[in-house]
Amino acid sequence: MEVFLIGAGLFLLGISVIGIWRIVLGPTVIDRIVGGSFVGTIVVVLLVIIGLIYGRLELFVDIALMYSLLSFIGILIFSKYLSHQGP
Amino acid sequence: MIVVGIALISLGLFFFLSSAIGLIRFPDCYCRMHATGKADTMGILLCLLGLATFVLHKGFEGERFLLVVKILFIPLFWFLGGPTATHALLRSAFEKGVRPWTKDGKEILEWPEGES
Repeated sequence: MEVFLIGAGLFLLGISVIGIWRIVLGPTVIDRIVGGSFVGTIVVVLLVIIGLIYGRLELFVDIALMYSLLSFIGILIFSKYLSHQGP
Repeated sequence: MIVVGIALISLGLFFFLSSAIGLIRFPDCYCRMHATGKADTMGILLCLLGLATFVLHKGFEGERFLLVVKILFIPLFWFLGGPTATHALLRSAFEKGVRPWTKDGKEILEWPEGES
């Protein structure tokens, strides 16, 4: 179980590189925000996996819950702010 | 119990992988939003269900049950928040005048006057 969790975490870390690549590469600013939200989705799952590996899940679950709410609010504020800006 | 958890997490990782391939390969920001929607709904739900079965594997006491409820609150909040954020982002992209990609370069929508 431990080996599978470490493998799944490394797999998710490798996938998040693709999201960061889209943030670096994206032609418009909307693409960058989409890549950022994808990385945020991965980070929530990764926090729970890290908590299960370390054996201190009751700490990391609270952080993941808070991070999911903050990611939602961040994307909403970015989209509302950038809709009145230039390209 | 462990086999069920491993199967659920593997299915969730497949959804994450397909979403990442869509994110790097699709030609337009609207298509990329459609691709990340897969990871936002099925990927996170299946991965956290599998991790919750890993937690329940060691026993059913009260504290552990509370932990599972907390884990299952994360996809609930994500289901409330993710589509709303994607909708707001798409609306702002539409109002900024980002044209949807088409194969032959022709417009598929009548754009209102005054938009660039």
